[in-house]
Amino acid sequence: MRRIEDKIAIALLWMSSLIVLAFLFVLLGYILIKGLPVLSPRFLFSFPHGVEARGGILPMIAATFYLTILAGFIVSPIAIGGAVYLTQYAKPGRLVRMIRFGADALSSVPSIVFGLFGLALFVSIFGYSMIAGGLTLSLMILPVVMRASEDAILAVPRSFREASFGLGATQWQTIKNVMIPVALPRILTGLILGIGRAFGETAAVFLTAGMAINLPFLPTEPGRTMTVHLYLLATEGISLDIAFGTALLLSIFILSFNFLARYMGRRSVKGGR
Amino acid sequence: MKKEKLLRYVFLLAASVAILTIFLIFVFMAVKGVPLFFKVPLTGFLFGTDWSPTKGHFGAFPLIVGSFLVTLGAVAIGGPLGIAVAIFLSEIASSRVANFIRPTVELLAGIPSVIYGFFGIMLIVPLVRTFVGGAGFGFISASFVLAIMILPTIAALTEDTLRSVPKAHKWGSLALGATEWQTIKKVTLPSASEGILSAVILGIGRAIGETMAVLMVIGNAPIIPTSLRDPFSTITSVVALDMSYASGEHQEALFALALILFIISMSLVAMLRFVSRQRSTR
Repeated sequence: MRRIEDKIAIALLWMSSLIVLAFLFVLLGYILIKGLPVLSPRFLFSFPHGVEARGGILPMIAATFYLTILAGFIVSPIAIGGAVYLTQYAKPGRLVRMIRFGADALSSVPSIVFGLFGLALFVSIFGYSMIAGGLTLSLMILPVVMRASEDAILAVPRSFREASFGLGATQWQTIKNVMIPVALPRILTGLILGIGRAFGETAAVFLTAGMAINLPFLPTEPGRTMTVHLYLLATEGISLDIAFGTALLLSIFILSFNFLARYMGRRSVKGGR
Repeated sequence: MKKEKLLRYVFLLAASVAILTIFLIFVFMAVKGVPLFFKVPLTGFLFGTDWSPTKGHFGAFPLIVGSFLVTLGAVAIGGPLGIAVAIFLSEIASSRVANFIRPTVELLAGIPSVIYGFFGIMLIVPLVRTFVGGAGFGFISASFVLAIMILPTIAALTEDTLRSVPKAHKWGSLALGATEWQTIKKVTLPSASEGILSAVILGIGRAIGETMAVLMVIGNAPIIPTSLRDPFSTITSVVALDMSYASGEHQEALFALALILFIISMSLVAMLRFVSRQRSTR
């Protein structure tokens, strides 16, 4: 009896894992098969035209990168600065507990709430714009990037810091010349993960950067990202081939971010040892 | 020397951005949403069943019920499946198999919600329409899509906890003649129960706050569903759909909905803290 129960239980566990694997392969396979015929230089590098937005998606690609890179630039100093405080200055106590609670809480705020917040604060200052979207997204990915930066700085061997102090360096010199440079590869890994999340965000984006098809130049201009474009095409049921192409391109970028982060993470672990 | 001191405060400021943002989000949602309650009583908002904002009726009960329903559905499917995957990865699979499956499950977590929604519209909704009937939009499609989305979170956290159960406990059980599954059931899972609970709470948080994927497959009708085939709405779907054109009281109502959502998420975070504190004091 026991043997049979064992066999059944283990078979079920195998099956669950295979089902989950199947989800991913069906999802990606479906989008790949339907999207691949759409991908062409013309799709990537030309403007959409007409009410059904046929043609290319160049402005959406540009807006997505503009917004994401902007968010990355805004979040980096805040996340690294916060991590430096937590690892180099703070003493365990109420303040640190509050800072950590803030980061935990921020990472569980739903994206639509970020969108409304961005709309109420940043859009009322800048209007629907890259900068309003970038600011909103930077707050959204702050917990991930700060956590990764903290781990990165903590992974720097103690002796490095002590050696720097021993040579007469001040705390700031030690942070600037030793801690951050040594921790940088792992900080970048965290930043790429955060940027990957921003890249795929939709709800917080259309409420702050708008839906207008526009090749953004100034940060005060609005734009429509690939995710928002995909959403609009899919729900209106128009130009579905373009929607599949957009979905595929989006997936390719997201997977690249994932692999890049994983590759860098692995390299920096090896380098640290 | 002065510069060193000043820098300390600059870093402290950077570290405080997260908690300040939490505070600001609360203030903004409250300032923009609470004025509604001078016109519509709070109980009428929470328990009223008529949501037709263009006519001035703001009964959010169907939306709140909708949010809880899809969350329940998602956790009912994604919870057991995620936990099963975690047990498989930590207890059954060889490290080679686990090292192939784990990153694949992690990839599911990175896929944008709009792609899940799109996949749902194109493939899952038609399947549900064929096999269950109705329009295909609604509870089944939404729970299923959400289940896939929260599964990686539940699986990853559960696996971490299972791995932290001391090996000696498992060996002891196996040495006493227990089979592999008996050991998992009687030794490993019970000692990891708080960790698994945290994982499920986090999954609930993900599901209730998810917007795009739900919005795209739920059908969007502000009613309390009476059958599995009915389309309905959630808090998030209504806020996302209406915000682009809402004004006046309607807009206030949407901010009030976001405030409710924010309070739910913060309660879940507090609950997580409570669960993990109990674990660490043991």
